[in-house]
Amino acid sequence: MTIDLKTVKHISKLSRISLDEEKAKKLEIDLNSIFKWIEQLNQLKTENVEPLSSIVETKLRLRKDEIKSKNIREEILKNSPDENKDFFVVPKVVE
Amino acid sequence: MSNIIDLSLSELVLNIKNKKISSNEATSAYIERSKKSKNLNTYNEETFDTALKKATEFDSKPDFNKKLPGVPIAVKDLFCTKNVKTTASSKILNNFIPTYESTVTQNLWNNGSILLGKLNCDEFAMGSSNETSYFGNVISPIDKDLVPGGSSGGSASALAAKLTPATIGTDTGGSIRQPASFTGTVGLKPTYGSCSRYGIVAFASSLDQAGPMTRNVKDAALLLEVMSSFDNNDSTSVDFERPLYSKNLSKDIKGKKIGIPKEYRAEGMSEEIEKLWEDGKNYLKDCGAEIIDVSLPHTKFALPTYYIVAPAEASSNLARYDGVKYGFRTEGDNLIDMYEKTRSAGFGDEVKRRIMIGTYVLSSGYYDAYYLKAQKVRRLIKNDFTNVFQKVDAILTPSTPSSAFKIGEKSNDPVSMYLNDIFTVPVNLAGLPGISIPAGLDKKGYPLGLQIIGKSFAEQNILNIAYSMEDKINFKFNLNEWWMNE
Repeated sequence: MTIDLKTVKHISKLSRISLDEEKAKKLEIDLNSIFKWIEQLNQLKTENVEPLSSIVETKLRLRKDEIKSKNIREEILKNSPDENKDFFVVPKVVE
Repeated sequence: MSNIIDLSLSELVLNIKNKKISSNEATSAYIERSKKSKNLNTYNEETFDTALKKATEFDSKPDFNKKLPGVPIAVKDLFCTKNVKTTASSKILNNFIPTYESTVTQNLWNNGSILLGKLNCDEFAMGSSNETSYFGNVISPIDKDLVPGGSSGGSASALAAKLTPATIGTDTGGSIRQPASFTGTVGLKPTYGSCSRYGIVAFASSLDQAGPMTRNVKDAALLLEVMSSFDNNDSTSVDFERPLYSKNLSKDIKGKKIGIPKEYRAEGMSEEIEKLWEDGKNYLKDCGAEIIDVSLPHTKFALPTYYIVAPAEASSNLARYDGVKYGFRTEGDNLIDMYEKTRSAGFGDEVKRRIMIGTYVLSSGYYDAYYLKAQKVRRLIKNDFTNVFQKVDAILTPSTPSSAFKIGEKSNDPVSMYLNDIFTVPVNLAGLPGISIPAGLDKKGYPLGLQIIGKSFAEQNILNIAYSMEDKINFKFNLNEWWMNE
Protein backbone atom coordinates (compact mmCIF):
# COMPACT_ATOMS: atom_id res chain seq x y z
CA MET A 1 0.00 0.00 0.00
CA THR A 2 1.39 3.41 -0.87
CA ILE A 3 0.73 6.57 1.09
CA ASP A 4 0.02 9.53 -1.21
CA LEU A 5 0.43 13.22 -0.45
CA LYS A 6 -3.29 13.56 0.25
CA THR A 7 -3.06 10.87 2.94
CA VAL A 8 0.00 12.54 4.46
CA LYS A 9 -1.95 15.77 4.75
CA HIS A 10 -4.91 13.93 6.24
CA ILE A 11 -2.67 12.29 8.90
CA SER A 12 -1.12 15.66 9.62
CA LYS A 13 -4.61 17.05 10.29
CA LEU A 14 -5.47 14.11 12.57
CA SER A 15 -2.15 14.58 14.39
CA ARG A 16 -2.73 18.33 14.81
CA ILE A 17 0.66 19.05 13.28
CA SER A 18 0.73 21.60 10.48
CA LEU A 19 3.02 20.81 7.55
CA ASP A 20 4.32 22.91 4.72
CA GLU A 21 4.41 21.45 1.23
CA GLU A 22 8.11 20.62 1.34
CA LYS A 23 7.88 18.79 4.69
CA ALA A 24 4.80 16.92 3.49
CA LYS A 25 6.65 15.69 0.40
CA LYS A 26 9.64 14.58 2.49
CA LEU A 27 7.29 12.74 4.87
CA GLU A 28 5.57 11.04 1.94
CA ILE A 29 8.92 9.51 0.98
CA ASP A 30 9.86 8.57 4.56
CA LEU A 31 6.49 7.07 5.43
CA ASN A 32 6.42 4.99 2.25
CA SER A 33 9.84 3.55 2.93
CA ILE A 34 8.92 2.82 6.55
CA PHE A 35 5.59 1.19 5.70
CA LYS A 36 7.09 -0.84 2.88
CA TRP A 37 9.45 -2.28 5.49
CA ILE A 38 6.66 -2.74 8.05
CA GLU A 39 4.53 -4.68 5.60
CA GLN A 40 6.72 -7.76 5.92
CA LEU A 41 4.42 -8.54 8.85
CA ASN A 42 1.87 -9.69 6.27
CA GLN A 43 3.99 -12.81 5.70
CA LEU A 44 2.69 -14.06 9.03
CA LYS A 45 -0.67 -15.78 9.46
CA THR A 46 -2.22 -14.44 12.65
CA GLU A 47 -5.95 -15.24 12.37
CA ASN A 48 -5.96 -17.34 15.53
CA VAL A 49 -3.54 -15.30 17.61
CA GLU A 50 -4.82 -13.34 20.58
CA PRO A 51 -3.53 -9.72 20.44
CA LEU A 52 -1.14 -8.72 23.25
CA SER A 53 -1.76 -5.22 24.57
CA SER A 54 0.05 -5.34 27.89
CA ILE A 55 2.89 -7.48 29.09
CA VAL A 56 1.66 -7.40 32.69
CA GLU A 57 -1.42 -9.54 32.34
CA THR A 58 -2.72 -9.23 35.84
CA LYS A 59 -5.96 -7.54 36.75
CA LEU A 60 -5.58 -3.82 37.21
CA ARG A 61 -5.74 -2.72 40.84
CA LEU A 62 -8.49 -0.52 42.20
CA ARG A 63 -7.73 2.31 44.56
CA LYS A 64 -9.74 4.92 46.40
CA ASP A 65 -10.32 8.09 44.45
CA GLU A 66 -8.81 10.51 46.90
CA ILE A 67 -6.73 13.67 46.80
CA LYS A 68 -3.25 13.07 48.15
CA SER A 69 -1.32 16.16 47.11
CA LYS A 70 -1.94 19.59 48.53
CA ASN A 71 -3.35 22.39 46.44
CA ILE A 72 -0.61 23.25 43.96
CA ARG A 73 -2.77 25.00 41.39
CA GLU A 74 -0.49 27.98 41.21
CA GLU A 75 2.64 25.94 40.59
CA ILE A 76 0.89 23.92 37.92
CA LEU A 77 -0.44 27.03 36.18
CA LYS A 78 3.06 28.51 36.19
CA ASN A 79 3.92 26.02 33.44
CA SER A 80 1.14 27.38 31.25
CA PRO A 81 2.21 29.78 28.48
CA ASP A 82 -0.53 32.25 29.39
CA GLU A 83 -0.03 34.29 32.53
CA ASN A 84 -3.20 33.62 34.44
CA LYS A 85 -3.35 32.54 38.05
CA ASP A 86 -6.72 30.81 37.89
CA PHE A 87 -7.18 29.10 34.52
CA PHE A 88 -5.48 27.55 31.51
CA VAL A 89 -6.25 30.10 28.83
CA VAL A 90 -6.88 29.19 25.18
CA PRO A 91 -7.85 31.28 22.14
CA LYS A 92 -11.54 32.17 22.03
CA VAL A 93 -13.67 29.18 21.02
CA VAL A 94 -17.21 30.53 21.51
CA GLU A 95 -18.45 33.60 19.64
CA MET B 1 44.42 6.65 46.95
CA SER B 2 43.33 6.88 43.32
CA ASN B 3 41.32 9.82 42.00
CA ILE B 4 37.72 10.11 43.23
CA ILE B 5 36.39 10.11 39.69
CA ASP B 6 38.14 6.80 38.94
CA LEU B 7 36.23 4.98 41.68
CA SER B 8 33.26 2.85 40.74
CA LEU B 9 29.92 3.64 42.39
CA SER B 10 30.35 0.78 44.88
CA GLU B 11 33.89 1.87 45.72
CA LEU B 12 32.78 5.48 46.20
CA VAL B 13 29.98 4.34 48.54
CA LEU B 14 32.49 2.32 50.55
CA ASN B 15 34.93 5.23 50.78
CA ILE B 16 32.21 7.61 51.94
CA LYS B 17 31.01 5.07 54.51
CA ASN B 18 34.58 4.64 55.77
CA LYS B 19 34.89 8.43 56.01
CA LYS B 20 37.80 8.48 53.61
CA ILE B 21 35.94 10.75 51.21
CA SER B 22 33.26 13.29 52.08
CA SER B 23 30.16 13.86 50.00
CA ASN B 24 31.42 17.38 49.36
CA GLU B 25 34.75 16.10 48.00
CA ALA B 26 33.02 13.61 45.73
CA THR B 27 30.45 16.13 44.51
CA SER B 28 33.10 18.80 43.90
CA ALA B 29 35.27 16.37 41.94
CA TYR B 30 32.43 15.49 39.58
CA ILE B 31 31.31 19.09 39.18
CA GLU B 32 34.84 20.20 38.34
CA ARG B 33 35.20 17.50 35.72
CA SER B 34 31.73 18.15 34.28
CA LYS B 35 32.60 21.84 33.89
CA LYS B 36 35.68 20.90 31.86
CA SER B 37 33.68 18.56 29.65
CA LYS B 38 31.18 20.90 27.98
CA ASN B 39 32.40 19.76 24.56
CA LEU B 40 30.50 16.52 25.02
CA ASN B 41 27.19 18.41 25.41
CA THR B 42 25.93 15.92 27.98
CA TYR B 43 24.07 18.23 30.37
CA ASN B 44 20.72 19.87 29.57
CA GLU B 45 20.53 21.36 33.06
CA GLU B 46 23.19 21.63 35.73
CA THR B 47 22.23 21.73 39.41
CA PHE B 48 25.77 22.09 40.72
CA ASP B 49 25.12 24.77 43.36
CA THR B 50 22.23 22.87 44.92
CA ALA B 51 24.27 19.68 44.76
CA LEU B 52 27.13 21.26 46.71
CA LYS B 53 24.70 22.59 49.32
CA LYS B 54 23.15 19.16 49.72
CA ALA B 55 26.58 17.53 49.94
CA THR B 56 27.59 19.90 52.73
CA GLU B 57 24.28 19.19 54.46
CA PHE B 58 24.95 15.48 54.19
CA ASP B 59 28.46 15.82 55.61
CA SER B 60 27.20 17.79 58.59
CA LYS B 61 24.69 15.06 59.46
CA PRO B 62 25.84 11.95 57.59
CA ASP B 63 23.68 8.82 57.51
CA PHE B 64 26.02 6.03 56.47
CA ASN B 65 23.26 3.42 56.57
CA LYS B 66 21.91 4.74 53.27
CA LYS B 67 22.77 2.78 50.16
CA LEU B 68 24.06 5.82 48.25
CA PRO B 69 25.27 8.07 51.11
CA GLY B 70 25.90 11.55 49.74
CA VAL B 71 26.67 10.15 46.29
CA PRO B 72 26.27 12.67 43.44
CA ILE B 73 24.48 11.44 40.33
CA ALA B 74 23.32 12.97 37.04
CA VAL B 75 20.13 11.53 35.48
CA LYS B 76 18.50 11.40 32.05
CA ASP B 77 16.35 14.46 31.37
CA LEU B 78 13.29 12.27 30.98
CA PHE B 79 12.74 11.86 34.73
CA CYS B 80 10.57 14.56 36.28
CA THR B 81 12.51 16.28 39.06
CA LYS B 82 10.56 18.56 41.35
CA ASN B 83 11.41 22.25 40.79
CA VAL B 84 14.18 21.31 38.33
CA LYS B 85 13.54 21.88 34.63
CA THR B 86 12.64 18.67 32.79
CA THR B 87 12.57 18.90 29.01
CA ALA B 88 12.80 15.40 27.48
CA SER B 89 15.23 17.30 25.17
CA SER B 90 12.25 18.85 23.39
CA LYS B 91 11.53 22.47 22.52
CA ILE B 92 7.90 21.89 23.49
CA LEU B 93 8.93 21.22 27.12
CA ASN B 94 11.73 23.77 27.21
CA ASN B 95 10.12 25.71 30.08
CA PHE B 96 8.60 22.84 31.99
CA ILE B 97 9.24 22.74 35.75
CA PRO B 98 7.63 19.65 37.28
CA THR B 99 5.63 20.06 40.47
CA TYR B 100 6.45 16.51 41.50
CA GLU B 101 9.27 13.96 41.54
CA SER B 102 9.42 10.68 39.60
CA THR B 103 9.33 7.61 41.84
CA VAL B 104 12.65 6.30 40.55
CA THR B 105 14.55 9.54 41.24
CA GLN B 106 12.78 9.88 44.60
CA ASN B 107 14.14 6.41 45.45
CA LEU B 108 17.65 7.70 44.67
CA TRP B 109 17.27 10.74 46.95
CA ASN B 110 15.69 8.62 49.71
CA ASN B 111 18.81 6.48 49.61
CA GLY B 112 21.07 9.47 50.13
CA SER B 113 21.98 10.37 46.54
CA ILE B 114 22.32 13.97 45.28
CA LEU B 115 21.27 15.33 41.85
CA LEU B 116 24.11 16.75 39.74
CA GLY B 117 21.97 17.64 36.75
CA LYS B 118 19.80 16.47 33.88
CA LEU B 119 21.40 14.69 30.95
CA ASN B 120 20.75 15.17 27.25
CA CYS B 121 18.88 12.46 25.34
CA ASP B 122 17.03 11.99 22.07
CA GLU B 123 13.85 14.09 21.94
CA PHE B 124 11.18 12.21 23.94
CA ALA B 125 13.65 9.27 23.92
CA MET B 126 12.97 8.74 20.20
CA GLY B 127 16.27 7.94 18.56
CA SER B 128 19.30 5.67 18.56
CA SER B 129 22.08 8.27 18.29
CA ASN B 130 21.13 11.29 20.40
CA GLU B 131 20.89 13.32 17.18
CA THR B 132 17.19 14.17 17.64
CA SER B 133 17.72 16.29 20.77
CA TYR B 134 16.56 19.92 20.58
CA PHE B 135 19.76 20.77 22.47
CA GLY B 136 22.06 19.25 19.87
CA ASN B 137 24.11 16.08 19.46
CA VAL B 138 25.83 14.51 22.39
CA ILE B 139 29.43 13.58 21.56
CA SER B 140 30.88 10.26 22.63
CA PRO B 141 34.05 10.43 24.73
CA ILE B 142 35.22 7.38 22.75
CA ASP B 143 35.97 9.53 19.67
CA LYS B 144 35.06 13.04 18.56
CA ASP B 145 32.80 12.43 15.58
CA LEU B 146 31.09 9.41 17.13
CA VAL B 147 27.52 9.18 18.41
CA PRO B 148 27.14 7.88 21.97
CA GLY B 149 24.05 5.93 20.92
CA GLY B 150 20.57 6.70 22.09
CA SER B 151 18.24 7.55 23.38
CA SER B 152 20.10 7.69 26.74
CA GLY B 153 23.12 9.15 24.92
CA GLY B 154 23.88 11.95 27.38
CA SER B 155 23.74 9.41 30.19
CA ALA B 156 26.11 7.01 28.41
CA SER B 157 28.51 9.77 27.43
CA ALA B 158 28.58 11.34 30.92
CA LEU B 159 29.11 7.92 32.48
CA ALA B 160 31.90 6.87 30.12
CA ALA B 161 33.62 10.27 30.48
CA LYS B 162 33.38 9.94 34.30
CA LEU B 163 31.21 13.02 34.78
CA THR B 164 29.01 11.00 37.15
CA PRO B 165 29.79 7.81 39.11
CA ALA B 166 26.69 6.14 37.65
CA THR B 167 23.48 7.23 35.97
CA ILE B 168 19.97 6.17 35.12
CA GLY B 169 18.33 5.94 31.73
CA THR B 170 15.14 4.64 30.17
CA ASP B 171 14.81 1.87 27.60
CA THR B 172 11.85 1.51 25.22
CA GLY B 173 13.59 -0.44 22.45
CA GLY B 174 17.25 -0.45 23.49
CA SER B 175 17.81 3.09 24.78
CA ILE B 176 19.89 1.92 27.76
CA ARG B 177 21.62 -1.15 26.31
CA GLN B 178 22.62 0.28 22.90
CA PRO B 179 24.36 3.43 24.23
CA ALA B 180 25.97 1.33 26.99
CA SER B 181 27.32 -0.97 24.29
CA PHE B 182 28.59 2.00 22.21
CA THR B 183 30.46 3.55 25.15
CA GLY B 184 31.94 0.50 26.87
CA THR B 185 29.65 0.70 29.89
CA VAL B 186 27.07 -1.54 31.58
CA GLY B 187 23.34 -0.94 30.98
CA LEU B 188 20.43 -2.90 32.36
CA LYS B 189 16.79 -2.79 31.29
CA PRO B 190 14.72 -4.37 34.05
CA THR B 191 11.60 -6.49 33.61
CA TYR B 192 8.55 -4.41 32.71
CA GLY B 193 6.90 -3.55 36.03
CA SER B 194 10.09 -3.58 38.14
CA CYS B 195 10.82 0.17 38.16
CA SER B 196 7.93 2.60 38.44
CA ARG B 197 7.12 4.68 35.36
CA TYR B 198 5.49 7.39 37.52
CA GLY B 199 6.99 10.75 36.64
CA ILE B 200 8.92 9.56 33.59
CA VAL B 201 7.96 11.50 30.46
CA ALA B 202 6.00 8.81 28.62
CA PHE B 203 7.03 7.56 25.17
CA ALA B 204 5.48 4.09 24.69
CA SER B 205 3.83 3.05 27.92
CA SER B 206 3.74 -0.71 27.34
CA LEU B 207 7.49 -0.76 26.58
CA ASP B 208 9.17 1.97 28.69
CA GLN B 209 11.36 0.91 31.63
CA ALA B 210 13.95 2.82 33.63
CA GLY B 211 17.24 1.16 34.48
CA PRO B 212 20.80 1.64 35.75
CA MET B 213 23.82 2.57 33.62
CA THR B 214 27.09 1.94 35.39
CA ARG B 215 30.82 1.24 35.07
CA ASN B 216 30.53 -2.36 36.17
CA VAL B 217 28.02 -5.11 36.96
CA LYS B 218 28.23 -4.75 40.74
CA ASP B 219 27.25 -1.07 40.44
CA ALA B 220 24.30 -2.02 38.23
CA ALA B 221 23.10 -4.46 40.90
CA LEU B 222 23.37 -1.79 43.59
CA LEU B 223 21.63 0.91 41.57
CA LEU B 224 18.81 -1.41 40.47
CA GLU B 225 18.27 -2.33 44.10
CA VAL B 226 17.70 1.35 44.85
CA MET B 227 15.58 2.13 41.77
CA SER B 228 13.19 -0.80 41.80
CA SER B 229 10.10 -0.55 44.00
CA PHE B 230 6.41 -1.33 43.98
CA ASP B 231 4.47 1.86 43.33
CA ASN B 232 0.74 2.46 43.55
CA ASN B 233 1.14 5.49 41.31
CA ASP B 234 1.97 3.23 38.34
CA SER B 235 -0.87 0.84 37.53
CA THR B 236 1.56 -1.54 35.79
CA SER B 237 4.02 -1.68 38.70
CA VAL B 238 4.39 -5.27 39.85
CA ASP B 239 4.26 -6.16 43.53
CA PHE B 240 7.02 -8.72 44.10
CA GLU B 241 9.70 -9.08 46.73
CA ARG B 242 12.73 -7.15 45.44
CA PRO B 243 15.93 -9.11 46.12
CA LEU B 244 19.08 -7.45 47.45
CA TYR B 245 20.73 -7.72 44.05
CA SER B 246 24.16 -6.42 45.10
CA LYS B 247 24.34 -8.54 48.25
CA ASN B 248 23.25 -11.68 46.39
CA LEU B 249 25.67 -11.13 43.53
CA SER B 250 27.58 -14.35 42.81
CA LYS B 251 30.02 -15.64 40.22
CA ASP B 252 28.78 -19.18 40.59
CA ILE B 253 26.93 -19.94 37.36
CA LYS B 254 27.94 -23.58 37.11
CA GLY B 255 25.36 -25.66 35.27
CA LYS B 256 23.38 -22.62 34.03
CA LYS B 257 21.94 -23.24 30.59
CA ILE B 258 22.53 -20.38 28.14
CA GLY B 259 20.62 -20.21 24.86
CA ILE B 260 22.14 -18.99 21.59
CA PRO B 261 19.33 -17.94 19.23
CA LYS B 262 20.22 -18.83 15.65
CA GLU B 263 17.94 -16.15 14.16
CA TYR B 264 20.19 -13.40 15.54
CA ARG B 265 22.84 -14.48 13.04
CA ALA B 266 20.56 -14.16 10.02
CA GLU B 267 20.86 -10.48 9.15
CA GLY B 268 24.35 -10.51 7.60
CA MET B 269 26.32 -10.33 10.81
CA SER B 270 29.86 -8.98 10.58
CA GLU B 271 32.81 -11.23 11.39
CA GLU B 272 33.77 -9.04 14.33
CA ILE B 273 30.39 -9.43 15.98
CA GLU B 274 30.38 -13.12 15.18
CA LYS B 275 33.75 -13.49 16.94
CA LEU B 276 32.64 -11.40 19.91
CA TRP B 277 29.64 -13.69 20.35
CA GLU B 278 31.82 -16.79 20.01
CA ASP B 279 34.22 -15.46 22.66
CA GLY B 280 31.24 -14.79 24.92
CA LYS B 281 30.14 -18.40 24.60
CA ASN B 282 33.63 -19.59 25.49
CA TYR B 283 33.78 -17.35 28.58
CA LEU B 284 30.48 -18.84 29.72
CA LYS B 285 31.76 -22.37 29.15
CA ASP B 286 34.87 -21.50 31.19
CA CYS B 287 32.53 -20.48 34.02
CA GLY B 288 30.86 -23.87 33.88
CA ALA B 289 27.72 -22.85 31.98
CA GLU B 290 26.19 -25.04 29.30
CA ILE B 291 25.61 -23.56 25.82
CA ILE B 292 22.45 -24.63 24.00
CA ASP B 293 21.31 -23.66 20.50
CA VAL B 294 17.78 -22.27 20.54
CA SER B 295 15.36 -20.72 18.09
CA LEU B 296 13.33 -17.50 18.33
CA PRO B 297 11.60 -17.85 14.95
CA HIS B 298 9.79 -14.48 14.93
CA THR B 299 12.89 -12.37 15.63
CA LYS B 300 12.93 -10.63 12.24
CA PHE B 301 9.38 -9.38 12.79
CA ALA B 302 10.21 -7.65 16.08
CA LEU B 303 11.39 -4.34 14.61
CA PRO B 304 8.45 -3.79 12.24
CA THR B 305 6.13 -4.71 15.13
CA TYR B 306 7.90 -2.23 17.38
CA TYR B 307 7.56 0.52 14.76
CA ILE B 308 3.79 0.11 14.89
CA VAL B 309 3.30 -0.37 18.64
CA ALA B 310 5.72 2.30 19.89
CA PRO B 311 4.58 5.14 17.57
CA ALA B 312 0.92 4.25 18.23
CA GLU B 313 1.43 4.64 21.97
CA ALA B 314 3.58 7.73 21.42
CA SER B 315 0.94 9.46 19.29
CA SER B 316 -1.47 9.03 22.17
CA ASN B 317 1.00 9.99 24.94
CA LEU B 318 2.19 13.11 23.11
CA ALA B 319 -1.33 14.40 22.47
CA ARG B 320 -1.03 16.31 25.76
CA TYR B 321 1.52 18.74 24.30
CA ASP B 322 -0.89 21.21 22.79
CA GLY B 323 0.35 24.64 23.80
CA VAL B 324 -2.07 24.93 26.72
CA LYS B 325 -0.58 23.26 29.78
CA TYR B 326 3.16 23.45 29.09
CA GLY B 327 5.39 26.40 28.42
CA PHE B 328 5.69 26.51 24.66
CA ARG B 329 2.99 27.96 22.41
CA THR B 330 2.84 29.34 18.88
CA GLU B 331 -0.17 31.62 18.48
CA GLY B 332 -2.73 30.81 15.76
CA ASP B 333 -5.92 32.17 14.23
CA ASN B 334 -8.06 29.91 16.41
CA LEU B 335 -7.73 27.03 18.86
CA ILE B 336 -7.07 24.29 16.27
CA ASP B 337 -4.66 26.50 14.38
CA MET B 338 -2.80 27.20 17.66
CA TYR B 339 -2.56 23.44 18.37
CA GLU B 340 -1.26 22.69 14.89
CA LYS B 341 1.29 25.48 14.83
CA THR B 342 2.50 24.78 18.38
CA ARG B 343 3.03 21.09 17.67
CA SER B 344 4.65 21.78 14.31
CA ALA B 345 7.15 24.22 15.81
CA GLY B 346 7.59 22.42 19.15
CA PHE B 347 8.37 18.89 17.98
CA GLY B 348 11.43 17.85 15.97
CA ASP B 349 11.27 15.87 12.72
CA GLU B 350 11.72 12.37 14.20
CA VAL B 351 9.04 12.95 16.84
CA LYS B 352 6.62 14.28 14.21
CA ARG B 353 7.38 11.30 12.00
CA ARG B 354 6.57 8.89 14.82
CA ILE B 355 3.41 10.72 15.87
CA MET B 356 2.24 10.53 12.27
CA ILE B 357 3.08 6.82 11.92
CA GLY B 358 1.19 6.20 15.15
CA THR B 359 -1.79 8.29 14.13
CA TYR B 360 -1.94 6.49 10.79
CA VAL B 361 -1.84 2.96 12.23
CA LEU B 362 -4.57 3.83 14.72
CA SER B 363 -6.76 5.67 12.23
CA SER B 364 -10.08 4.41 10.95
CA GLY B 365 -9.63 1.75 8.27
CA TYR B 366 -6.01 0.92 9.16
CA TYR B 367 -6.29 -0.16 12.79
CA ASP B 368 -6.83 -3.87 12.04
CA ALA B 369 -4.24 -4.02 9.28
CA TYR B 370 -1.48 -2.44 11.35
CA TYR B 371 -2.09 -2.00 15.05
CA LEU B 372 -4.05 -5.19 15.71
CA LYS B 373 -1.70 -7.13 13.47
CA ALA B 374 1.29 -5.84 15.45
CA GLN B 375 -0.30 -6.78 18.76
CA LYS B 376 -0.78 -10.30 17.46
CA VAL B 377 2.80 -10.59 16.25
CA ARG B 378 3.90 -9.23 19.62
CA ARG B 379 2.19 -12.24 21.18
CA LEU B 380 4.12 -14.59 18.86
CA ILE B 381 7.40 -12.90 19.82
CA LYS B 382 6.61 -13.24 23.51
CA ASN B 383 5.66 -16.91 23.01
CA ASP B 384 9.03 -17.54 21.32
CA PHE B 385 10.79 -16.42 24.51
CA THR B 386 8.41 -18.38 26.76
CA ASN B 387 9.19 -21.55 24.80
CA VAL B 388 12.95 -21.02 24.87
CA PHE B 389 12.93 -20.25 28.60
CA GLN B 390 11.56 -23.72 29.27
CA LYS B 391 14.93 -25.04 28.11
CA VAL B 392 17.43 -22.36 29.18
CA ASP B 393 18.07 -19.95 32.07
CA ALA B 394 19.24 -17.03 29.94
CA ILE B 395 20.03 -16.04 26.36
CA LEU B 396 23.30 -14.55 25.05
CA THR B 397 23.32 -12.23 22.02
CA PRO B 398 25.37 -9.30 20.76
CA SER B 399 23.94 -5.97 22.00
CA THR B 400 24.15 -4.19 18.65
CA PRO B 401 24.91 -5.12 15.02
CA SER B 402 28.01 -2.85 14.99
CA SER B 403 30.05 -0.45 17.09
CA ALA B 404 29.11 3.25 17.32
CA PHE B 405 28.63 5.03 14.00
CA LYS B 406 29.55 8.56 13.03
CA ILE B 407 27.40 11.62 13.59
CA GLY B 408 25.22 12.15 10.53
CA GLU B 409 25.94 8.69 9.13
CA LYS B 410 22.42 7.33 9.51
CA SER B 411 20.32 10.40 10.24
CA ASN B 412 18.85 10.66 6.72
CA ASP B 413 17.60 7.11 6.51
CA PRO B 414 15.07 6.27 9.25
CA VAL B 415 14.92 2.53 8.48
CA SER B 416 18.68 2.08 8.65
CA MET B 417 18.68 3.97 11.97
CA TYR B 418 15.87 1.74 13.28
CA LEU B 419 17.83 -1.42 12.36
CA ASN B 420 20.33 -0.53 15.09
CA ASP B 421 17.93 -1.84 17.69
CA ILE B 422 17.47 -5.23 16.07
CA PHE B 423 18.89 -7.19 19.03
CA THR B 424 17.37 -5.10 21.81
CA VAL B 425 13.79 -4.45 20.66
CA PRO B 426 12.48 -8.04 21.04
CA VAL B 427 13.33 -7.86 24.77
CA ASN B 428 11.08 -4.82 25.27
CA LEU B 429 8.23 -6.36 23.28
CA ALA B 430 8.38 -9.40 25.59
CA GLY B 431 8.86 -7.26 28.73
CA LEU B 432 12.00 -9.18 29.75
CA PRO B 433 15.14 -8.01 31.56
CA GLY B 434 18.32 -7.56 29.52
CA ILE B 435 21.80 -6.36 30.37
CA SER B 436 24.56 -5.16 28.03
CA ILE B 437 28.15 -5.50 29.17
CA PRO B 438 31.30 -4.31 27.40
CA ALA B 439 32.88 -7.34 25.75
CA GLY B 440 35.60 -6.16 23.39
CA LEU B 441 36.76 -3.65 20.79
CA ASP B 442 36.29 -3.70 17.04
CA LYS B 443 39.05 -3.04 14.46
CA LYS B 444 38.61 0.70 14.87
CA GLY B 445 39.14 0.35 18.61
CA TYR B 446 35.51 1.13 19.48
CA PRO B 447 33.66 -0.79 22.22
CA LEU B 448 31.28 -3.66 21.51
CA GLY B 449 28.77 -5.19 23.91
CA LEU B 450 27.15 -8.51 24.65
CA GLN B 451 23.58 -8.80 25.87
CA ILE B 452 22.22 -11.31 28.37
CA ILE B 453 18.45 -11.73 28.35
CA GLY B 454 16.67 -13.33 31.31
CA LYS B 455 13.27 -14.61 32.34
CA SER B 456 10.80 -12.12 33.80
CA PHE B 457 12.02 -10.85 37.19
CA ALA B 458 15.21 -12.94 36.94
CA GLU B 459 17.46 -9.86 37.13
CA GLN B 460 19.62 -11.59 39.76
CA ASN B 461 20.33 -14.39 37.36
CA ILE B 462 21.45 -12.17 34.45
CA LEU B 463 23.45 -9.99 36.85
CA ASN B 464 25.28 -13.08 38.13
CA ILE B 465 26.00 -14.28 34.60
CA ALA B 466 27.21 -10.81 33.61
CA TYR B 467 29.31 -10.61 36.79
CA SER B 468 31.15 -13.83 36.04
CA MET B 469 31.64 -12.93 32.35
CA GLU B 470 32.94 -9.48 33.28
CA ASP B 471 35.78 -11.13 35.16
CA LYS B 472 36.80 -13.27 32.19
CA ILE B 473 36.38 -10.48 29.62
CA ASN B 474 38.45 -8.00 31.65
CA PHE B 475 37.41 -5.11 29.37
CA LYS B 476 39.78 -2.15 29.15
CA PHE B 477 39.40 1.10 27.26
CA ASN B 478 41.88 3.93 27.64
CA LEU B 479 40.17 7.31 27.49
CA ASN B 480 42.60 9.93 26.24
CA GLU B 481 40.35 12.79 27.44
CA TRP B 482 40.62 14.69 24.15
CA TRP B 483 37.44 16.63 24.98
CA MET B 484 38.63 18.25 28.22
CA ASN B 485 39.01 22.02 28.55
CA GLU B 486 41.50 23.16 31.09
